[in-house]
Amino acid sequence: MEKEIKLSEAQITADLYPRKFGLPGMLWTSLLIAICLVGAYAYYLQLRDGLGVTALRDYASWGIYISNFVFFVAISLVGSLITAVLRLSNVHWSTPLTRIAEIIAVSGIVFAAIIIIVDMGRPDRFLYVMIHGRLQSPIIWDVVVISTYLVISLLLLYIPLLPDLKIMLQHKEKNIKWLNKVYHFLGSFWVGSKEQFRLSEKAINILAVTIIPVAFCIHTVTSWLFATTYRPGWDSTNFGAYFISGAFLVGAGAVVVAMYVFRKAYHLEKYITDDHFNKMGKIVVLLALLYLYFNINEYLVPAFKMKKFEVEHLEGLFTGHFAGIFWFAIATSMVLPILILLFKSGRKPLPMFIAGLLVVVGAWCKRFLIVTPTMLHPMLPMTDAPEEFMHYFPTWQESAITLGSLAGALLIVTFFTRILPIIPVQETIAEQHETDKDN
Amino acid sequence: MKEKDNSRRQFLTTGLLATLAIGCTSEDPFTAAVDASVEPSGEKVKLLSVDGEEIEVDRAFLKPVPHMPSVSALEARAGFPGKKFVMVIDLSRCKNLKKCQSACNHMHQVHPGQGWIQIHAMQDAANTAPYWQPSLCMHCDEPPCVKVCPVDATFKRQDGIVAIDSDRCVGCRFCMAACPYSARVFNWEKPLITEVQAAQPYSCETSTPQKIGTVGKCDFCPDMVRKGELPHCVTACPNGVFMFGDMNEDTVTNGPETFRFSELIKDKAGYRLMEDLGTKPNVYYLPPVNRNFPFEEGYNTAAAQKGA
Repeated sequence: MEKEIKLSEAQITADLYPRKFGLPGMLWTSLLIAICLVGAYAYYLQLRDGLGVTALRDYASWGIYISNFVFFVAISLVGSLITAVLRLSNVHWSTPLTRIAEIIAVSGIVFAAIIIIVDMGRPDRFLYVMIHGRLQSPIIWDVVVISTYLVISLLLLYIPLLPDLKIMLQHKEKNIKWLNKVYHFLGSFWVGSKEQFRLSEKAINILAVTIIPVAFCIHTVTSWLFATTYRPGWDSTNFGAYFISGAFLVGAGAVVVAMYVFRKAYHLEKYITDDHFNKMGKIVVLLALLYLYFNINEYLVPAFKMKKFEVEHLEGLFTGHFAGIFWFAIATSMVLPILILLFKSGRKPLPMFIAGLLVVVGAWCKRFLIVTPTMLHPMLPMTDAPEEFMHYFPTWQESAITLGSLAGALLIVTFFTRILPIIPVQETIAEQHETDKDN
Repeated sequence: MKEKDNSRRQFLTTGLLATLAIGCTSEDPFTAAVDASVEPSGEKVKLLSVDGEEIEVDRAFLKPVPHMPSVSALEARAGFPGKKFVMVIDLSRCKNLKKCQSACNHMHQVHPGQGWIQIHAMQDAANTAPYWQPSLCMHCDEPPCVKVCPVDATFKRQDGIVAIDSDRCVGCRFCMAACPYSARVFNWEKPLITEVQAAQPYSCETSTPQKIGTVGKCDFCPDMVRKGELPHCVTACPNGVFMFGDMNEDTVTNGPETFRFSELIKDKAGYRLMEDLGTKPNVYYLPPVNRNFPFEEGYNTAAAQKGA
């Protein structure tokens, strides 16, 4: 444990207070907004002309929208990992990271919901899922658990925010004017009494216990969208655990990337320390090893048997059409991060940032590999269909919408840091007091 | 109550048909029904009467025949009581003519290139014989598609038919992923139908009009059954590949020939596809032995059709 420098309350508040975007911030935000607008225009085209504007066809009827959906659900699981699992195991060092994890979770889950509506052939009938919902369909389970997870995640974001909202309201002149009303609406009842702290502490504990099974459910059910079918590559009893381990990995990778960026952009070296990177690095390497274990189960056990339906699918991945992206995904999401992070020198901020990026990019490719190659290996041969049905390469509209959704999720995180402290101020002050006392 | 409704409908239908038939036998079949206010246009149209006589009628007197009363949505969802539809496909007779496919596509407004019936060139292993296999919806007794549908847009009727309600379908395509037989197609684009066709009310029995953003598949043509006729693929096939019938009556027919279903399956060793999945299909296949056509001929017919 490195020696902590004593920081005054005012200093902490000043350091962690939301700031105006500088030039890089402005450029970054404009870029994201531009990507979102292109995506929105592409979606307008899709609404007008139907899903025919995508490269999806009868065989590959699920493509990058569904991959992206799985990716968003996966990345959102990190909220429960950092806030709940670490909290309940009495780990304190992760406190500054909780809000980063929680906002990633919320924006991930919001865009998971949006992208699934984008994938629907009849988005105008979205409410039918509520009106005519049938409980035996895994889609309905997904709707139920995802909305539950969103509510719990929002609460886990909101309740720890209350003391910080009080601080925000004390510095009204520093804030964007109209937002003061929002802060007031959200947090004016918080006076910071002992009783309020006790209640919020209790509420967070209850939520932390609740969110773990719900988090397991959202990704297990998402895996069941595939595992409840007969298709090669999906017909697996391993899928729930495989998806959850991958989800924790990509979420942790995303938190590492966010940690690095925030630290650089807001000069938070005193709050997100090298020690945080070291510890997060250990978590990521553990999760990568776990995910590697599940991947070995998922690919090598069927490959040992080479059942008729699996042969084409597995050969397509290992040496065939998808081999390039398959080995890229294995290398970037598991092998390279493990190699970097196993060593102490690899768990420094910059190599960690690179490893985190690799994990996230690899994870996105991995979700694509889980969805589409299977669809292109149906159980009856594809002999009586037009040539274009037998391949899948996303159209520009599809790619623009997908990129737009990714940019949208980043935009939520970006705006959040502009209007609220991304590192919990009050909790950092409290921890500082505790270390002071210890000293 | 329901039966009563049915009999009344039948009575009305018969009456309507009878009136039409009687009308067609007289010299000027439309005089009786002619509205005095209609002025003859002077332009004559040639028609064929039910007796096979050629008759001439003034165009002004032609009126569209009112549609037969269609079944209610509830009836279409319930299906025929006491029936259990089954199809037998004789692989020894198929030479990839695709008449079944074109008839089906035409009647169901299927988008060009797609097909509710697909004729696959099958070869199970390198040294086994290749054969043509028409594949369509198996109308499984344990339908994986029905299990996964979130909104009850695809459902199993009491007569065994797995049908689709395109007014309900949200277009999630989970059923397409779940179907091991790849029997389902999707309306990726606006269906190529006239505005008049598109304006018709949707029926789960005709599966038309096709709607953008929804899933379609073989429906076993319950609308034809209701008229006492065979599904379009059965009547379109010149080689009698498809035999359709009712399991409870133990009979299947392709039109000219009728068989005892149980005997046919027994004698010719009929089987179902992917039995190990437990889907319990209602489409049976007769093995491609003692074939009427060599396999290669299927390629010729396919090529000839493409050229045409």
